[in-house]
Order: sequence, then structure tokens, then C-alpha cells
Amino acid sequence: MNQETEPLLRVEEISITFGGLKALNGVSLEVYPGEVMAIIGPNGAGKTTMLNVINGVYTPDEGRIFFEGRERPLKMKPHHVAAMGISRTFQNLALFRGMTTLGNILVGRSQKMHSNFFSQGIYWGLSEKEEVEHREAVEWIIDFLEIENIRKQPAGMLPYGLQKRVELGRALAAEPKLLLLDEPMAGMNLEEKEDIARFVLDANEELNYTIALIEHDMGVVMDICDRIVVLDFGNKIAEGTPEEIKKNPKVIQAYLGTAGG
Amino acid sequence: MFYRECGVLKETYAKDMAIFPIPLDRWGLGVMLVLAFVVIPFTASDYWLSSIMLPFYCFSLAALGLNFLTGYAGQVSIGHAAFMAVGAYSSLILYGRYGVPLPLSIFGGGIFASAAGTIFGIPSLRIKGFYLAVSTLAAQFIIEWVLTHWQWVSGGVFGTIDAPDMYIFGWIIDTPVKKYYLVLCVLTLLTVFGKNLVRGQLGRNWTAIRDMDVAAEIIGVSLFRNKLIAFAVSSFYAGVAGSLITFTYYLAANIEEFNLFLSFHLLGMIIIGGMGTVLGSFFGAGFMTLLPIFINQTLLTIMERVPSDIRANSEAIVFGGLIVFFLIVEPYGMARLWQTIKEKMRLWPFPY
Amino acid sequence: MTFFFEVLISGLLVGVMYSLVAMGFALIYKASGVFNFAQGDMSLLAGLALVGFLTVMPLWLALLCTFAVMTILAYGTVFIIFRPLVARPPLILFMAAIGLSFLIQGIGQAIWGTDAKGLNIGIPEISFEISGIYLNTFDLTFGGVATALVAGLVWFFQKTRTGRALRAVADDHEAALSVGIPLLRAWAVTWVIAGIVATVAGVAWGSRLGVQFSLSLIALKALPVLILGGIDSILGAILAGLLIGASENLAEVFIGPYVGGGIQTFFPYLVALIVLWFKPYGMFGKEIIERV
Repeated sequence: MNQETEPLLRVEEISITFGGLKALNGVSLEVYPGEVMAIIGPNGAGKTTMLNVINGVYTPDEGRIFFEGRERPLKMKPHHVAAMGISRTFQNLALFRGMTTLGNILVGRSQKMHSNFFSQGIYWGLSEKEEVEHREAVEWIIDFLEIENIRKQPAGMLPYGLQKRVELGRALAAEPKLLLLDEPMAGMNLEEKEDIARFVLDANEELNYTIALIEHDMGVVMDICDRIVVLDFGNKIAEGTPEEIKKNPKVIQAYLGTAGG
Repeated sequence: MFYRECGVLKETYAKDMAIFPIPLDRWGLGVMLVLAFVVIPFTASDYWLSSIMLPFYCFSLAALGLNFLTGYAGQVSIGHAAFMAVGAYSSLILYGRYGVPLPLSIFGGGIFASAAGTIFGIPSLRIKGFYLAVSTLAAQFIIEWVLTHWQWVSGGVFGTIDAPDMYIFGWIIDTPVKKYYLVLCVLTLLTVFGKNLVRGQLGRNWTAIRDMDVAAEIIGVSLFRNKLIAFAVSSFYAGVAGSLITFTYYLAANIEEFNLFLSFHLLGMIIIGGMGTVLGSFFGAGFMTLLPIFINQTLLTIMERVPSDIRANSEAIVFGGLIVFFLIVEPYGMARLWQTIKEKMRLWPFPY
Repeated sequence: MTFFFEVLISGLLVGVMYSLVAMGFALIYKASGVFNFAQGDMSLLAGLALVGFLTVMPLWLALLCTFAVMTILAYGTVFIIFRPLVARPPLILFMAAIGLSFLIQGIGQAIWGTDAKGLNIGIPEISFEISGIYLNTFDLTFGGVATALVAGLVWFFQKTRTGRALRAVADDHEAALSVGIPLLRAWAVTWVIAGIVATVAGVAWGSRLGVQFSLSLIALKALPVLILGGIDSILGAILAGLLIGASENLAEVFIGPYVGGGIQTFFPYLVALIVLWFKPYGMFGKEIIERV
């Protein structure tokens, strides 16, 4: 990608410790506007921890975080981070199980809905207009992800692959400036993986979303990502294009050393 | 005319998102309204109106309030009776001592209860789950203590205030029928308002917090704000319910009526009726109002006279047994049973 | 100053009882994730049963029969109520425990009656004085029994095979299952132990205040103790019980008169709330790190 431009997100020298264990040790990375970037690494490398730091779930001990060129405080409520324009999917399913697909995706738009308490209670009028407006946006996402037939089913009852897809829809609904995907294809069969890969690419190319994702399937990562950052035991060990990463001896060693291949 | 979705095509999102998208639901609601507003007040005896319908409606309102907090937002409160008490006392004081008009006093009671609920909801910012549930017990005990020990509240007589006669614009509300209409109007208004809240953005935020709070916050739902609103709305409803039941049914604000057991009973109502549904609050409240009468009648068929302890024990056993039964067999309560029946009919005549 | 110590000691002795009830809670919570709201009702049931049996048999046999009742209750609860609820959300289990609480109250009082009953198991109540501080043998006896019970439980969980198996279940349900510890049986044993703890508490309180419905309310006194200590911590339950017993007694005696008295009912909750604000999982509770 064009590395000359200002990064959308820049984290500098992030360190965080859990019970004496350094989960991240001075890790820096950037996400540039318009790219699909991947964070890879063996289990326990600190990938999800990094996303949680970006989202404000964890407050790092040290480091700095910049978004759109402005520094944000290290300690920040996750919903304020969401308001800045960062959305997210989760490694383990984190859908709102009691709600329908529609409801779940509508929650993704909660940052965009502003009708106040009383107009919500009265509904007819202002709130109805807003609800319908957002329903249209959500229906568009439902079409995009091809999940029309399950829109009124409770999310908790859906098969795993579809739940992952609804989660992607929920994140897209926020129309974020930066989309973080934590293992969007984990536990899927080949066909489902290809579907998700297609959605990710479409979101990037047609809808111009900037995406940072964590994924274990190297084939997929190499295919769809512009740039890769490799973490191992809380340290960044490599960064570059898929071609560069493939040849990097440190990366090969990290994977051989822990995952056995 | 069948209850079904087949063949009902909705052409706009607005129609699909209407409060009752299926025609027969609207019909059913119409029938219920006619029943509540016309048939019951003109046919039911004074005993039925004042001893069964009034508490049923008031407890429905309180249960609805608790359902917002517990059923929708997933925050357990075992101190809700205390918020009813705040509503009862403050509305009586507003009306009786300061001459505030009756409707304003009733809603004023709700506002005071809401303030109390919000204060006790603040710990939910940091405390979660059972820790929070137990700390809502603090509300129960602290409020009980304040209401009985603060002389100003009761004017000094054992924490009891008598309810004065009710006038709305000089028109006295004294007969059971008039009281019935007063309570029914408030209930209808607040039910529509509440139903709109839970089917809109606020309701979705609440459910999101209940189901997966961390994810909800990352997606952009402010936990603190939405939880506090849940506490505020929930205790507002409790306060109005407490105010209404005191004005129309108890006729005196007495802390004994709003003890811990009422808090449990409210919780039982929403479990049996159905957590996370508006309808369930009504089912639960109706069930719990009729249960003691039903048990008494049943006992009367096997014995001449029912001693109060046998009645109390039977109530406790049936009540406890039903809570357990519903949790095991149908965790979403009677409302879900009703829903299941409707689902079966919805796809009729093609259940595949 | 002597008066202060008297108040403190009587508070601590009450605190021992709180600790006992809170420990019952913590045991069951640790083992099965059930927040057992019926712990107080179990004490009531034990008291009622003991009084009932004592009218027709000697003390040792009555205690044995009471133990049998608590065992039946434990197995019945686990296999009838909680077996179908395995893997349900904690909130549902909690509400089931509330239902259980009404069931025990209703059934216990239906069998043995609702009237207040005296319970005398022959422990003398003789007051005596040590350097100006009044104590009595009854309180000290039960303080001793409670302490012995706690020590016994600690030994049981640390040293015996069953105890270790129970701890394994508490730490990780699935892992325990995979090494062949039957989950429900382990739960039932835990409920039996909690039943014994409840019995001791019930007998102690029942002998002082009579066995009646209000006995079940000691659970309400134990709840702030429990959350103050941390719901899954036995040690927390013990320390918090003493702390709350002492502080509420001191507060009632020294602050109470200025505000109109009766603050014992909510003072523990106030203390617990304040502590929880700073330590949301109590003094010794296991902190849950949010993982997503």
C-alpha cells in the first residue's frame, strides 16, 4: 500500500502485563486507510489482546495510540472508542443471543441513532422515522451478506457459520472507519471461509472499508491481505507484504517452533 | 379469519415494524381493550373490581417495571418493593400535604422512586451479577429504614400515612369503578410507552447488555448510561404502581406492604409470566393475584375453615414450586407458552 | 473501654454465625455456581426438624435424623431441581434457588408448624467475668463449635480424597468430568456439607431466639458478609463475617442512638457497598477478567 500516507491507526510501543506476564511488549503497528491488514501469530502471541487494547477493553501500561492523526488517551471507554469509528467482531461468538438477526445488526447502529428517550417512548413520529431509516440501512447489509432468510430468527439458534456472518453484519452496520475482525473464519469449512473472504474483500473494495483482521488460515491471509504484522509471545517479529512474510526466517521459525508446521 | 402470517404481505418497513404487525394481534388487542374499558367495569362486582382488578393492574405495572430492568437489561433487583414504597409515600405527601394535583402527584411519586432507583443503580457501573443483586437488597433495607425513622415522612406515626380522598379537578374518585378507570388509564398509557421503549433502540441496547455486555460496549452501547436508564425507568414504573395501589387499594402508605417479600413476589411474577416480554408481566401479575384466591378455594373444598398458616404454607409451596417448574420447563414463562401456541397457528395451514 | 470490648466481643460472636451461613453460600457457589438463596431456609428447616425430633427421641438420635433430613434435601435439590438446569445462566440458577427457598419454608412449616418453638439442647448459659468483660458459656460454646467446624472443613477440603475431588469440580467443571468425577454427586455432597453448616447455624440461632420463620432471615444478614468477602472465597466469608458482626454491633451501640437506632438491618449492606465500590469482587473474590 501507499506507505507515504498518514496511517488511520497508529499504536506505538504498547505494553501490557497480566499477573506478571507480559502479554504485549512494546508492540507498534499501523493501519493505513483503505488496506486489509492482518495480524498473525501463534496462539498466545497477544493478537486479541492488541485488539482489546485498541477497543479500550484493556488499558495498556505503556504506549500511545493515535487515530486519524490524533492521540487518544490510553484509558478510554470502549463505547467512546466505538464512537470514534472503530468496530469489531469477536473470536468466540458474541452475538446477543436473545435477539433476532435484525435486532443484532440494529444494535450495531446504536451510535448513529439519536432520538431521545421520550420520542422513543411515544414512537409515532420522530422515532418511527428514525427506526425505518436505520432499518433500511440494515436491510442493505442483510442483502450484502445474503442472510435475508434468517432476518427474524433468534441469533442464538443460528448455525455457527451464520452467527459469524451476522456478527460481521453487526460490525458493518456501524459504518466504521476501521473494522477489526478477530478470527472471522475460525472453525469454518472451506465454503464458508470463501464466503467470508469474499465479503471481506467486497467490504474493502466496494465499500472502501479499512480492515484489520486476525486469522490463522495462512492461505486466506496471503490471499486477501495487503500487509501482515506477525506477533510472537507479545513481541512484533515481522511486518511486510505477504511475499516478504513468507520468506522471513523469524516467522518460519516461530511457526515451526510452536505450531509444529 | 385465522391468526397467521401467511398471506400477510408487508410492503414497507414501517408496516413490518408496527407494534402489532399481524392483523389478528391488533384484533386481539382491540378485544382486550373493549373488555378492560367497557365490559369489566360494567359487569364485574365491586368486590372483583376493587379486590382483584385493582391489585392486578397495579402489580402488572410494577412487574412491567421490574421486567425492564431484569428481563430486558439483565440486572437483577431484589429491592423493587422499596421503590414502590418511595412512590407511595412521596405521592401521598405531594398530594396530601402540598396539594399537588392528583395526576401530578402520582407521576411525581414515580419521579421520586426513579431518583431513588437511579442512585441505587449507580453501583451497577462497577458491580456485576450477584454482587449487584445483593447490593440492591441494600436499597430495600435502607429505604425501609429511612421511611420509618425519618419523622418528616410520616408526620411521626409509625411510618404510616393515610391516603386522603382523591379529587381530579374537583371531581371525587371514590367508587370502585372510578378508581378502576384511573388505574386502567395510567396502566394503558405506561404500557404503550414501555412497549415502544423496548421495541426501539433502548430495548435493543438493554437486551444487548443482558446477553453480552462486553461485546455491547465495544459495539458502541454505553453500559453505564443504559443501565442507569433501566434503573430509572424501572423504578419509575414501580413508583407509579406503588402510588396507585396505595391510593386505590391499601388506602394508607404502610412500609409493611412493601417489604422484601413483595420484592420476591415481583421477581416471581416476571419469572412465571415471562422475562423479557411485556405481556409476561401481565400474565405473572394476574397469576400471582389469583393464586392465593385459587389456593384458598381449593383448600375450602377439602376443609371447613382454612387456618392462615396452612394457607400461607400452601402459597409458599405452590409459589416456590411454580418458579422452579417454569425455570426448568419454560424459562421464558407463560408468555412463551402463549407465543408457542401462536407460532403454531402462524404458519397454519402450511407448517413446513 | 471495657464496654467497647464487650460490644466488640458480642459482635464477633454474632459474626461467627454470619461466617457460618456465608460459608454455606460460598461452598455451594464454588462447587456448582448456584447462588443459594435458600441457605437461611436450610437453617430454618434444620431447626424445625431438630425441635420436632427432640419431642420423641434423645438428642443424639434427633441430630442424626436432622442430618438425614438435610441429606435428603441436598440430594433432592441437586437431582430434581438443578440437574435439569445444568449449563443454564447463573441468573436462572439464582432464581431457582429463590423458588427453592419458598419451597423449603412452606414444606418445613407445613410439617412442623409455624409457631415459634424453644430449642434447648442442654448447653448451659452461665455468665462470667474476665477482667471486667462479661461473657457467657453458651456463646463461647457455639463460637468453639463453629471454629471447630471451619477447621474441620478446611482439613476435609485439603486432605481428604473426596474434598480434593470437590475442589477439582469447583475449579473446572469440564476438567473434573473428564477425569471421571461425577459432577452431580459432587454437587450433592457439597449441598450436604452446606446442610451441616446450616444445621449448626440453625441450632445456634434457634437456641437463642427460638425456632421460627425469622430464622430463615439470617441469610439476609449473611449476604452482605458473602459479597464483602467475595462469593467464592471461604476465607473471605469467615473474615467478613467477623468484620461485619463486630462493626454492625459497634455501629448500633455507638452511632445508632444519634440516628434513631435500628441501623443494624442495613449497616452491613452499607459497608459491603462501600467496599465493593473499590473492590468489585469483594475482599477475596476471584476477579473475572473480561475476555472477548
